[in-house]
Amino acid sequence: MSGFPILSLMLAVPAVAAILCLFVGDKTSRWVALGATLATFVLGCILWAQFDIGGAQWQFTERADLFGRFQYALGIDGMALMLIMLSVFLMPLCILASWDAIKSRVGLYMSMFLIMEVVMIGVFMAQDLLLFYIFFEAGLIPMYFIIGIWGGANRKYAAFKFFLYTLLGSVLMLIAMIAMIAEAGTTDIPTLLNYDFPVQMQTWLWLAFFASLAVKMPMWPVHTWLPDAHVQAPTAGSMILAGVLLKLGAYGFIRFMMPMFPDASAQLMWIVFGLSMIAVVYTSLVALAQSDMKKLIAYSSVAHMAIVTAGLFAFNQQGIEGALIIMLSHGVVSAALFFCVGVIYDRLHTREIDRYGGLAVNMPAYALFFMLFTMASIGLPGTSGFVGEFLSLAGIYEASSWVAFVCTTGIILGAAYMLYLYRRVVFGELTKDDVKAMPDLTAREWTIMVPLAAVALWMGVYPESFLAPMRGDVTTVVARLAPAKPAGDAHLAAGKPKPAAAHGETAHGSSHAGGVQ
Amino acid sequence: MTADLMLIWPELILTIGGLITLMLGTFLGDRNVGLYQLSSLLTLAAAAAAVVALFGVETTVFSGTLSVDSFGGFAKLLIYAASFVCIVIAPRFFNGGMRAEYPTLILFAALGMGIMASSRDLMTLYVGLELNSLAAYVLASFMRADERSTEAGLKYFVLGALASGMLLYGISLLYGFTGTTDFAGIAKVLGGELNIGLIFGIVFVLAGLGFKISAVPFHMWTPDVYEGAPTPVTTFFATAPKVAAMALMTRVVIDAMGPAVGAWQQIIIFLSLASIILGAVGAIGQKNIKRLLAYSSINNVGFMLVGLAAGTQQGVEGVLTYLLVYMLTTLGAFLVVLQLRDADGNQVESIPALAGLSQRRPGLAAAMAVFLFSLAGIPPLFGFWPKYLVFEAAVNANLVPLAVAGIVASVIGAFYYIAIIKTMYFDDKSDTEFPAGGGAIVEDAVITASALWLSVIGYLFIPVLAVLSASAAAVLF
Repeated sequence: MSGFPILSLMLAVPAVAAILCLFVGDKTSRWVALGATLATFVLGCILWAQFDIGGAQWQFTERADLFGRFQYALGIDGMALMLIMLSVFLMPLCILASWDAIKSRVGLYMSMFLIMEVVMIGVFMAQDLLLFYIFFEAGLIPMYFIIGIWGGANRKYAAFKFFLYTLLGSVLMLIAMIAMIAEAGTTDIPTLLNYDFPVQMQTWLWLAFFASLAVKMPMWPVHTWLPDAHVQAPTAGSMILAGVLLKLGAYGFIRFMMPMFPDASAQLMWIVFGLSMIAVVYTSLVALAQSDMKKLIAYSSVAHMAIVTAGLFAFNQQGIEGALIIMLSHGVVSAALFFCVGVIYDRLHTREIDRYGGLAVNMPAYALFFMLFTMASIGLPGTSGFVGEFLSLAGIYEASSWVAFVCTTGIILGAAYMLYLYRRVVFGELTKDDVKAMPDLTAREWTIMVPLAAVALWMGVYPESFLAPMRGDVTTVVARLAPAKPAGDAHLAAGKPKPAAAHGETAHGSSHAGGVQ
Repeated sequence: MTADLMLIWPELILTIGGLITLMLGTFLGDRNVGLYQLSSLLTLAAAAAAVVALFGVETTVFSGTLSVDSFGGFAKLLIYAASFVCIVIAPRFFNGGMRAEYPTLILFAALGMGIMASSRDLMTLYVGLELNSLAAYVLASFMRADERSTEAGLKYFVLGALASGMLLYGISLLYGFTGTTDFAGIAKVLGGELNIGLIFGIVFVLAGLGFKISAVPFHMWTPDVYEGAPTPVTTFFATAPKVAAMALMTRVVIDAMGPAVGAWQQIIIFLSLASIILGAVGAIGQKNIKRLLAYSSINNVGFMLVGLAAGTQQGVEGVLTYLLVYMLTTLGAFLVVLQLRDADGNQVESIPALAGLSQRRPGLAAAMAVFLFSLAGIPPLFGFWPKYLVFEAAVNANLVPLAVAGIVASVIGAFYYIAIIKTMYFDDKSDTEFPAGGGAIVEDAVITASALWLSVIGYLFIPVLAVLSASAAAVLF
């Protein structure tokens, strides 16, 4: 199916549905949106099935010289594939999550979500620098509306803060892109990936990209828009924000900053490590002190993203693979956690932790799912969180043991705040009358919980399904970074495996043997 | 001489058409709106056709005082198009008070602007500019019974006269120290050593032109005039004269002052940054949508000047593309303002009254949102593209600090654009009702077409735009 423009089709389906939703009634628009997102999900599955692991780096490429100065060029590699899968997987669940919760201007709401989907998968597909930027920025508009129209009491402030904060970050990246295009003479991303910018220039470009991506990520200290945006956004808005939008920053790191500016990345690695270490500890402590459930999960997102950045800048296979798995896992788990909050918010209309308690008694199914996602967020073995955190920490340890040490304390703190949250909401005495009256999960909520739980477990038990498509791309990035890579302080030496031991033949097994001595 | 006349068909058509329209109004009375409107529209269409027919001719006429080239042609097409729309929308606004002077004045203003855009001599420059200004002063006070309108006209006249005086002073200095009024001749002298007289001349000429494009610090008249003038006239002011003045400024800077880069570049950079920042900050507190759009136009002029500051062909291409996109966006935005009438049919200009517009008139609010996001330069709307072009030109001309400062300041601008969108979409419905209907089909069509074009469709036209603007800009280099 080489000639079939499946990527364009994946963009077109939600785009057409978005326009349609504006013109049909409230009821119909829900079904249109659900149908379109499911269709896109099916297309995504076909894409994954057809993806040739170990084949060409860029697959399904499409190219049309539509815009003169830059091109309509699409194509994906393994990393993009997995992030596209994450987006198209979460999208129908988001539509379902807002099925009853959104009552006003449903058509516009669904339309904004579908535009959001176009923009998100467009970012991962773009093979042209300017096309990427256009998709990257375009996400601001639908999210501004989603937070501003359907958000909580303080939604206007949150929408402004989200919009201006992220815009301010990204404009600097645009200037850097202009400079890159002028220097390299092309807007083609695969070409730029192998272009060697002068080292001096790399530093400036790196800083400009960092200004933008760190805000999107978000990294401490420019994370303050995130708690506000999350708290005010409707449930599905938070799901998509935490699930996919936060990954755009990390995607930018690994797609642009590291392979395009390897020398600057090595030189300025300390900034990333420093900020990540502060973020892990600081935001975890902040999360411990929250009384608002959504805020708590928002801060935990910042902490998880900090481990992602540290893992990426470890510059080795494990660190980067781990970071990517955390991205995917956090995408699923944090979306699920926000949905868990949404479920009880829909019933009691408050996010105050103290207003709940004892839910295990009257909502056992809910308590079970919430427990699973809490454990996945903490990183319990068998869940998706463990794989990512273990791999990335192993990678970080190879680069710097201090960073690994600090990041690990973050994980301990993570267990503390998540378990503390869970205890206060689910365990304890069921004393409050309104809480007692809350019914357990509805069929619709089951439909959302089950796929999320299944994926979280699948990723925890057999991560190879997700790692395999990305491994080649990670190797490419690591090879690109190798000349600039500073020596780590771990001084790892490969052990001598017993000659006859029948180890698995995977490439991964051998690199593990070096990592965990 | 006759050969020269054959090359200024657009100007001749406008002159004759303007006179015919005036006669029609005088002898058949102001009641025959359809008739004189038709004659003025036909005149503009014919003039535009003449411009198209002359495309590709690159020459000068009347002893080198006026040039016939694609740069002027590009600007003239934009000017005529904007004038066309401003005549079409007028009768409904004036609601019986329409007079034949309105289209006549617009035709003469368009004539003056055409001369501005193609002048190659300080004298033709001044004649064109004054012809346009005189018509504009009268247009601003067109609703003579309305206090705000007459005030706007007077203010515009006094400050415009001041600007003309400064411009003339600069012209006299340039003439005195170079011995010529011809752009090419001035450029030759400026290529040598600069003396204080020449520098003063450059400064005063740029200051005078700065008034016309309403660049900070010469912008003070803009909000008052835009607010006071009747909305179709404001629409006109915000579009056609901006194109003409910007084209003129480009010609003067590149053609006449080209060699003295050091002298003009820092002035343009200052005007540019000051306009971007003050245009953005000044807009934040505005409660009147027309005043706000006035500040937005100041802000956008600042971005155009970024392209001009680069002083390269790429920069001029950016300016021309910017003018086109800006003109379409502004036309659309003002047409939306024109449609905002309450239940009694009165115009609504207050921003708080727009609260909840998206629920009363979803289509109109959506179009306005497109225009505002586009003015703010947020992709994927097409307003992003010209901003990209001017910043690219600045970066390529080694003006990275200017580009960084400008683009960071653009975020301040985004604040007030999204604040209006907030009012329209997030706020609860205001008491003002905006009954739909009554809008002329033409207005709706223009709004829809420009909104669609400014959404993603515009990107498909980039190759065409690139060819057009490149051939126009190449004339100056």
